[in-house]
Amino acid sequence: MDNTTQPTTSGMTGLIEDWVSDKDAFKNVSWGKTMMWIFLLSDTFIFSCFLVGYMSVRMTTDVPWPNTSEVFALTIAGEHIPLILIAIMTFVLITSSGTMAMAVNCGYRRQRKQAAVLMLVTAFFGVCFVGMQAFEWTKLIEEGVRPWGNPMGAPQFGAAFFMITGFHGVHVSIGVIYLTVVALKVLRGDYEERGYEIVEITGLYWHFVDLVWVFIFAFFYLW
Amino acid sequence: MQNNTDTQPQQHPISLYFKVWGLLFVLSSFSYLVDYMQYQGLLRWTLILVFMFLKAGLIVAVFMHMVWERIAFTLAILSPPLCILVLIALMASEASYTNLNRLIFFG
Repeated sequence: MDNTTQPTTSGMTGLIEDWVSDKDAFKNVSWGKTMMWIFLLSDTFIFSCFLVGYMSVRMTTDVPWPNTSEVFALTIAGEHIPLILIAIMTFVLITSSGTMAMAVNCGYRRQRKQAAVLMLVTAFFGVCFVGMQAFEWTKLIEEGVRPWGNPMGAPQFGAAFFMITGFHGVHVSIGVIYLTVVALKVLRGDYEERGYEIVEITGLYWHFVDLVWVFIFAFFYLW
Repeated sequence: MQNNTDTQPQQHPISLYFKVWGLLFVLSSFSYLVDYMQYQGLLRWTLILVFMFLKAGLIVAVFMHMVWERIAFTLAILSPPLCILVLIALMASEASYTNLNRLIFFG
């Protein structure tokens, strides 16, 4: 699967031709990108297992599930706003996805300084996200939420919460490190000869982290 | 689905990214509003799922460049997660059975 452009047909004929060509099936896709996608596919299954596990425990329990709208509410300037912290975290993560998309674009335009700066901005938003998550965890732990029980309702709530958001938070943290390393290498000019596909591959990981949050937000926080 | 044969330097107009970015913000606000307005029942679940799939679709299609990949690649990556639907069905039937037993014997 080298990077030389291969002759290709589009559409369904192309699909058949790609798979029966007796060579690499993914035409014009580099190894790096293919492997990142396959890793993300495996990660999809991991997060799906967590979310399906959460679905199972929530369906099996006969104790009412805690009202997430209230559990994650904050009082800001005297106003009691439901779920506000999670909403802010969602917006921070979407903003970071946008700056990442810009970084990929700049990379392909070979504007390496802009690409690196945008990646570092993305990493900064990632740090903000993890910071807010740490605040959220601290708040819930102080309120007595534990993996084996909590004062608000079904005891399985804590286990699902810490497992799912914790695993996602680890992904964000690793993403911040990954982004910073690649950004510094981009800034140093390490990819001037090889090209800037690495920015897109790093971006794939980062967008995936945002993608997983979309599902966690919908199923865990809103449901 | 469009395919460009020269996938090497992927150049897409930056305005497209801004549009998708804006759309993601709007959709996120909508999903937050579902909770804020305290919609309940079927309406709530439908809205949550619609906004979720729209957001996920936009991220995968545009931000992760899936619309510009070849069909062979797209199918290889996006079709395996469909297995999860089987897992959901299995676990849901198992869980409702457990719940029923708990209600009968511990309820």
